[in-house]
Amino acid sequence: MNSTVPLSSMDRFVSSFFNAEVAARYVAPILDGMLLTIGLGLCVIATGLVLGLVLAVLRIQHVKLVNAFIIAFADIFRALPPLVVIILLFFAFPYIELSMSAFTATWLALSLVLAAFTEEIFWAGMLAIPKGQWEAARSTGMGSWGTLVHVILPQAVRMTVPPLTNRTIAITKGTALGSVVALHELLNVSSSASSEAGNATPLVMGAVAYLILFIPFVVLGRWVETRFAWKR
Amino acid sequence: MDNLINVFFNLDIIEKVWPFLLQGLWMTLLLSLTVVPLGLAGGLAVALAGNQGPRWLRWTTVVYVDFFRAFPPLVLLILIYFGVPFLGIDLPKFAAVALGFLLNTSSYYGEVFRAGLESVPRGQMEAARSTGLNRAQALWHVVIPQATRNVLPELISNTLEVIKLTALASVVALPELLNNARQAQALTYNPTPIVLAALMYLVLLWPVVRLLSRLEHRSTAVR
Repeated sequence: MNSTVPLSSMDRFVSSFFNAEVAARYVAPILDGMLLTIGLGLCVIATGLVLGLVLAVLRIQHVKLVNAFIIAFADIFRALPPLVVIILLFFAFPYIELSMSAFTATWLALSLVLAAFTEEIFWAGMLAIPKGQWEAARSTGMGSWGTLVHVILPQAVRMTVPPLTNRTIAITKGTALGSVVALHELLNVSSSASSEAGNATPLVMGAVAYLILFIPFVVLGRWVETRFAWKR
Repeated sequence: MDNLINVFFNLDIIEKVWPFLLQGLWMTLLLSLTVVPLGLAGGLAVALAGNQGPRWLRWTTVVYVDFFRAFPPLVLLILIYFGVPFLGIDLPKFAAVALGFLLNTSSYYGEVFRAGLESVPRGQMEAARSTGLNRAQALWHVVIPQATRNVLPELISNTLEVIKLTALASVVALPELLNNARQAQALTYNPTPIVLAALMYLVLLWPVVRLLSRLEHRSTAVR
């Protein structure tokens, strides 16, 4: 493209944002990045939700010292920006011989943040179950564990589905933060491809890939909000 | 233990980097004070368009909101910061960051305000109109105040998220708190500046987290 005729602005726009030749070159690495994003996201969701649920169940036992720790944990990880947590884990911990890979740092940071929010949401859900439910279940001869598992949690979880879905989506989008510690996930791959090619097309591809990944969940979240709305 | 303190909380280094980190903190506050009001106004506009506008506008706002809620904010920021120059437009860094955050936060605030507007019974609007207020006046003086009060915890919660979001601006080297902390860490070969920045975020945001917990638990207690 060495013609002396200046490109029209429309041509220039298309060739720098939707360049088929550049796109073809970077399809494979961007797909790899997308797979890593999916894998990381699933790991974060699994550990974050489970840890959050465990903490909420622990908290409902009302052991003062344990609760102080859980509340401190939940407060800290709800107050800190997730990127700050990732950077602390990745850049500060190596100074005490605790290095971790970019994947581990991103996964751990986002899991802790998701666990903190999940704990709060589950706990609020369990609190909202009327006391009579506990008492009625206990009076049938069920133990406190059985009451929790068979009576309280099923109702609490149902009530917490909408806020939990939205929070989980928001935190899972945070996998893009892994690019800051050079994790080769979707954003990292597409932005470095963009600077390598001197063309914005790979970034646009990355953006489209994120939309393909997350729009279904955002729409699902909207549906869940109406489906699981707490009838008052 | 001494060694640990020396590494993570080195007083000499704190003394050296304190002014630089404070500068970063100001930038974080300035960015928050820009993005939060813009996001609130944008979100209210989106919610009003979705709640009051004609049918086509309602669908447009749903698409807008879902689009930007699906987009990771960092991706949006990088797309604007590195993509817009390809259009031949020279966008100042602060403006690029603010624009990216505005698109993101106005969608989230928009969803919150939408829930708020839907929570106000229709009779409120009708009663206000019957007193002679026009539609805009009824919205502004009667419906919006109630809507806002009904979703106050969610508004505060989202504002907390917006302030946390500003840390992403470090990725495009806007000199806010996290950016300055990382630079200081690179210069001093010591993680103390990052730990200090984390503490600053905690001091700034922990009260908001506490306030939110109280608001949420109060609302469950009333039920």
